[in-house]
Amino acid sequence: MRSIVAVSAAKGTIAWRPFARLSMRRRETLAFYAFLSPWIVGFVVLTAGPMLASLALSLTRYQIISPPKFIGLDNYATMLFGDPLVWQSLRVTALYALGSVFLTVICAFVVAMLMNQRIFGIDLFRTIYYLPSSISGVPLAILWMSIFNPEFGILNVGLGLLGIQGPDWIWSPVWVLPAFIIMSLWNIGGMMIIFLAGLQGVPQHLYEASELDGAGPLTKFRHVTLPMVSPVVLFNVVMSVIAAFQVFTNAFVMTNGGPGNASLFYVLYLYRNAFQYGGMGYACALAWLLLVITLALVLIIFRSSPYWVYYEGELAG
Amino acid sequence: MSLGSLVAGVRQGWWTSRKFRTGFQRSLATFLILIGAVVFLIPLLWMVRTSLMHGGEIFLQPIRLFPEHVLWENYPKAIKAIPYPLFARNTVLTTLLSMVGSIGSSCLIAYAFARLRAPGKEIWFALVLITMMLPDAVRLVPTYLLFRLFGWLDTFKSLIVPQYFGNAFYIFMLRQFFMTLPRELDDAAKIDGCGFFSIFWRVILPLSRPALATVAIFSFYSNWNNFMEPMIFLNSMEKYTLPLGLSFYINVRGLTEWNLLMAASVMPIIPCVVLFFLGQRYFVQGIALTGLKG
Repeated sequence: MRSIVAVSAAKGTIAWRPFARLSMRRRETLAFYAFLSPWIVGFVVLTAGPMLASLALSLTRYQIISPPKFIGLDNYATMLFGDPLVWQSLRVTALYALGSVFLTVICAFVVAMLMNQRIFGIDLFRTIYYLPSSISGVPLAILWMSIFNPEFGILNVGLGLLGIQGPDWIWSPVWVLPAFIIMSLWNIGGMMIIFLAGLQGVPQHLYEASELDGAGPLTKFRHVTLPMVSPVVLFNVVMSVIAAFQVFTNAFVMTNGGPGNASLFYVLYLYRNAFQYGGMGYACALAWLLLVITLALVLIIFRSSPYWVYYEGELAG
Repeated sequence: MSLGSLVAGVRQGWWTSRKFRTGFQRSLATFLILIGAVVFLIPLLWMVRTSLMHGGEIFLQPIRLFPEHVLWENYPKAIKAIPYPLFARNTVLTTLLSMVGSIGSSCLIAYAFARLRAPGKEIWFALVLITMMLPDAVRLVPTYLLFRLFGWLDTFKSLIVPQYFGNAFYIFMLRQFFMTLPRELDDAAKIDGCGFFSIFWRVILPLSRPALATVAIFSFYSNWNNFMEPMIFLNSMEKYTLPLGLSFYINVRGLTEWNLLMAASVMPIIPCVVLFFLGQRYFVQGIALTGLKG
């Protein structure tokens, strides 16, 4: 994009003349869409297109070796009524999401409050608490597999020191989800930083005013901190829920859905259907169900937000 | 003594003085922070400790905190057990090329949203936001089929090329940041004869270092640790990335040689941790920016 000066200086460069003749507004519009073009292409080819294709494929039986065969809503019928594993995986994922989101948001919030203290060396501590979040993927999974080892893992050994017999963690159908939730608690660094930023954004004069009215620490927390930070809570809850429903790598590497489907996360089941059982059409139907559920959850959370989220500058009443 | 407690008739004493309360609060907070920090660090320390130990020592009871002899050889051994350098090379290659794509394209797109006006802008931005909430799974199968059609399966193209079309999260973050830069700078540049791209290149970008650093770090993490896409799109072992290769390690060697396994797992973590320390300042700013506006 040449500048105005350059255009007038360049004699008769035909390519740029038309651009120079356009009005400012037209030029800006053109520039906008030029800058946006990678997104537009990407959106159509890599997002919208595949989503629609997914919808179409969900109405077929497609096993890759043979062309897709239209079967109407059969996949959806099987998914909802004929496949207990769908409900199992939904249950696993929902339970995990419930426990994980609830605990991680609370813990991240508490840790953020601790990190908000003016204590010597607080920067170092913030680093320590954030550090685990920079680790993810397979090394993380391997690390936790060793920690959760029922005989030799430090978790059970540590519990043993306290006289408690530790469970089999990821090798036990009952304890596998709590194990995953514990794992998620180690990675609260990101959420903690966001909460910290939110906490630091609460105007000090509100606290001072409340103190003048005789507010103790608990009251200050309930009536100043919580309301002012509630938008951040909303954000973190929504993002955590979305992430919780997409857990894949840890489940795949650590337990592969076991023991006995007790950790069959939804996306893992989807992956299996697509790439191991050869049911690509069915996998697409599963994917669309996931989409609907995710959107529904996000909507519900947002719909409930006026009841508990306070936005600065809102008119009273 | 707070007025309220006086009015409420609460008994005053040394425990209600402000000095004590603040001091108490601080000590309690420090105590909790210390305990939490120790607990948080234990897994990491455990990992490093185990990676430097002799196989027999790892599970001895009572637990050995430090290895008797620091076995640095575990690391070269771990590297030889699987085609580590090959996997590392693949990971570095895909990560760097992907980073260039995602950062570059997201910058351009974010600039458009932050500085340029056009009809339909709000709709496109709404689409960006919606994309942030979409589960990847819903695009998975068709994308796989598309890449199969292009012949990109089992090549790095399937991992790298999609990154050149913008990433909703980075676009959002960069847009928020660009919007904090004063428009007067743009105007000054325009007076000096800059067109839209020049403003982007010479004014906005140089001032955006914190945001760019943050996006770079996120992009690195996301690509370096990525497991699902490489697993789905890559078939032949020569193309495997580190996360894939590591998981291979578990399956092939079983869970027997924990010290080598830990050594193999510590190595990919090191760049992540180093990068974190280097970019810390920018990082915190960057994450905070997204959270507040979200």
